[in-house]
Amino acid sequence: MSSGTLYDKVWDLHCVADLPGGATQLFIGLHLIHEVTSPQAFAALDEKGLPVRCPERTVATVDHIVPTISQERPFSDPMAEEMLSTLERNCARHGITLNGLGSGRQGIVHVIAPELGFTQPGMTVACGDSHTSTHGAFGAIAFGIGTSQVRDVLASQSLAISKLKVRRIWVGNRLTDGVFAKDLILHVIRTLGVKAGVGYAYEFAGPAIEVLSMEERMTLCNMAIEGGARCGYVNPDQITFDYLKGRAEAPVADIWDRAVAWWSSLASNDDATFDDEIHFDAAAIAPTVTWGITPGQGIGVDERVPVSEQLDPADRPIAEEAYRYMDLAPGQPIEGVPVDVCFIGSCTNGRLSDLQAAAAVARGRHVAEGIKAFVVPGSEQVARAAIKEGLDEVFREAGFEWREPGCSMCLAMNPDRLEGSQISASSSNRNFKGRQGSASGRTLLMSPAMVAAAAIAGRVSDVRQLS
Amino acid sequence: MTETIAFPQGPIGHVSGRGLVLRGDDIDTDRIIPARFLKCVSFEALGEQAFADDRKELAGEHPFDQAVHQGASILVVNDNFGCGSSREHAPQALMRWGIRAVLGVSYAEIFQGNCLALGIPCATATPDQIRALQDAVAVDPTAEWTLDLQALTFSDGSTSQTISLASGSLDMLRTGQWDATGQLVARDVELTRTMAALPYLNGF
Ligand code: SF4
Repeated sequence: MSSGTLYDKVWDLHCVADLPGGATQLFIGLHLIHEVTSPQAFAALDEKGLPVRCPERTVATVDHIVPTISQERPFSDPMAEEMLSTLERNCARHGITLNGLGSGRQGIVHVIAPELGFTQPGMTVACGDSHTSTHGAFGAIAFGIGTSQVRDVLASQSLAISKLKVRRIWVGNRLTDGVFAKDLILHVIRTLGVKAGVGYAYEFAGPAIEVLSMEERMTLCNMAIEGGARCGYVNPDQITFDYLKGRAEAPVADIWDRAVAWWSSLASNDDATFDDEIHFDAAAIAPTVTWGITPGQGIGVDERVPVSEQLDPADRPIAEEAYRYMDLAPGQPIEGVPVDVCFIGSCTNGRLSDLQAAAAVARGRHVAEGIKAFVVPGSEQVARAAIKEGLDEVFREAGFEWREPGCSMCLAMNPDRLEGSQISASSSNRNFKGRQGSASGRTLLMSPAMVAAAAIAGRVSDVRQLS
Repeated sequence: MTETIAFPQGPIGHVSGRGLVLRGDDIDTDRIIPARFLKCVSFEALGEQAFADDRKELAGEHPFDQAVHQGASILVVNDNFGCGSSREHAPQALMRWGIRAVLGVSYAEIFQGNCLALGIPCATATPDQIRALQDAVAVDPTAEWTLDLQALTFSDGSTSQTISLASGSLDMLRTGQWDATGQLVARDVELTRTMAALPYLNGF
C-alpha cells in the first residue's frame, strides 16, 4: 500500500465517510460540467427533487458540440443547439456559472479550468469526461466519472469511490529537441500497454518531469487514462505556482503565500512508498506516432509497423485488426505514410505552447497540395493569446484553416470530421475505430509539431529533420 | 427494440437469462456507442444504437443483430472491456438493449463504475475460464444462465464456473446500495465537517 504520496495526502483530506458497501465517500473540490454528460444528470436530480449541493464549486462550459466555423446561435444542428440550451437552462436554474460562447472564458473544459485558475494543487477534481486526469498536472486528484456520478456530485458534492494504488513513473534525463510531452506519454503507453494503469494512479516524477512546463504536464496527465490510469499527477512545485499566480480564480495577496505553503506540503514525501515503480529514459524517446487503433499501438517515427511475431501473443489479434483497419502493412516504415487531414487541437494539445510548436514548423512553409489542415485553439483565451502573437496569420499563410475553439475533430460531435477512410495526423488522444467521425476513418496520433510537419510534407515526417 | 425486462432496482442477488458472447480485447466505449449518438439530452433511444458501427460493418451478422440473441441479458466479453471514454451512454446503451450483467476478464474502471451505478454487475473470471464459458454459451444460445452474486457462480445447470466481483461492488449490489445518491446526500453533516477542514475552502 502506498503511503506519504500526494495521492494519499489529498485522499485523506477529502474522505467524508466509509460507506457500508466498502467504498469511500470522497468530497469533490471542483466539479466541471459540460453539455454532453450533464443533461441526464440534471434530469435525474430533478426526478429525485434534489438541489445542487455546491453550485459555487461547479464550473460549466460548452465544448464538445460547438461548431468551429460559425458559432452563431441557433446552431445549424438542432440537436447541438438543444444540448447547449439545456445546459444554459440547467445552469441558470441551479445558480451555476456557465463559461459560455463569447464570454472570453469558453473552451475545452480541461483547458479552461486550469487557465482560469480553478484547478489548484490538493483539490479533488471530477468531471463527466475521462480526460479529467489532465488536472492532475497541478498535483490534484482528478478523474473522469459517468453521468450517474455527475448526478451524485451535483447532489452531494461527493462520490462513492474506492482508493487506487499508486505507481510512480520515474523519467530520467531530458526529452531531446523535437520530442514533446505527447511523445513521452505515447511512449509510456506503448511500453506499458493500454490497461497497465487499471487500478492505479500514476505519479509522474523524475528529472525529465521536473523541467516540463505546466502545459506539457497537462498533456502528460491528460493521456494517463489512455494507459488505463484513471488519474495521473505531478507534484506541485515552483513551475506550478508560477503558472497559477495571477490567474482569474487563483488566490491573491497574503492568501497566496499561505496557499503556496500548503500546496508545497502536499508533494509526495522523500520517503513515500509506492505500490509500484517503473523507470523510463527521456533521452531515448523519439517523436512517437500511433499506427493502429489503440493509443498503445505507437512507434518511434523512425521505426516500422511491428510485425505480428514481434508482439506479445496477447497483442496479436488487435494488431491484425489494426493492419486491416488502418490499411498498413506489418514491417512498413511509418515515416512517409500519406495523410489526408491534419488536425491541431484538443484538450491534449490545444494550448498556446502547442500552437507555438506547430507554428514554428509551419512558419514560412506551406501545407502540401490536397491536404486539409486546420487549427482549433483549446479555448477563447488560447485563441486570443495566439492571435496576439500573430500565430493565426502564420497558420493561414501556411495554408492551415484557423478555427473557433472547441473539441472539434477530436471526437467529431460537431461538423468537423473525417470522410470515408481518410487518414488524419492528429494531435488528439484517441485513435479508436471511427473516433474522428467516419466509421472507417483512420487516425495517427502525434505531437502538434509532428502534425504540422505531416501537413507540410503531406505524409508522416520526422519533425527533427525539418529545422 | 422495445424494453421487455425492467431496469435493475433494489438488491441484486442474481441475474438470469440467455448469454451472449462478444469476443475481443479492448472493446472501447466509442465502439459500444459511437460519439454521434451522444448528441442527445436523454438516454432513451440508445438501445438501438449500441455497437452501431460494428453492426453496420457486419451487416446483420453482429451478435446484437442476430435473431437468436434477441432478449439475451448476460454479456460475456474478454479483456479490458469498456476502455476509453467515460460516457455512461455505453452501459446505458447495453442496458437499454437488454443487458443486465457482464462477465469478462477485466473492465476499464470508469466503465465498471458506470455499470455499478446502473445496477449492472461486472463479474470477472480468468482468461481461460472466460474462453471456456464463451464456448459453452455459444454452443446453445437458447440456454438459460444464472450469474449468482451470493454463490459467486455462473452456471446453466450443467456447466458451472466460479466468478469474482470487486468486494465493494458486490456488497453494494447485494444490498441494493448501488444507487449511491441517497447515502451520499444523507451524510451532509460529515460532508460539512470535511469541507470546514479543507484549507482551500477556508482561505488556506
Ligand atoms: S478534446 Fe477530445 S478528449 Fe478532450 S474533452 Fe474534448 S472530446 Fe474529450
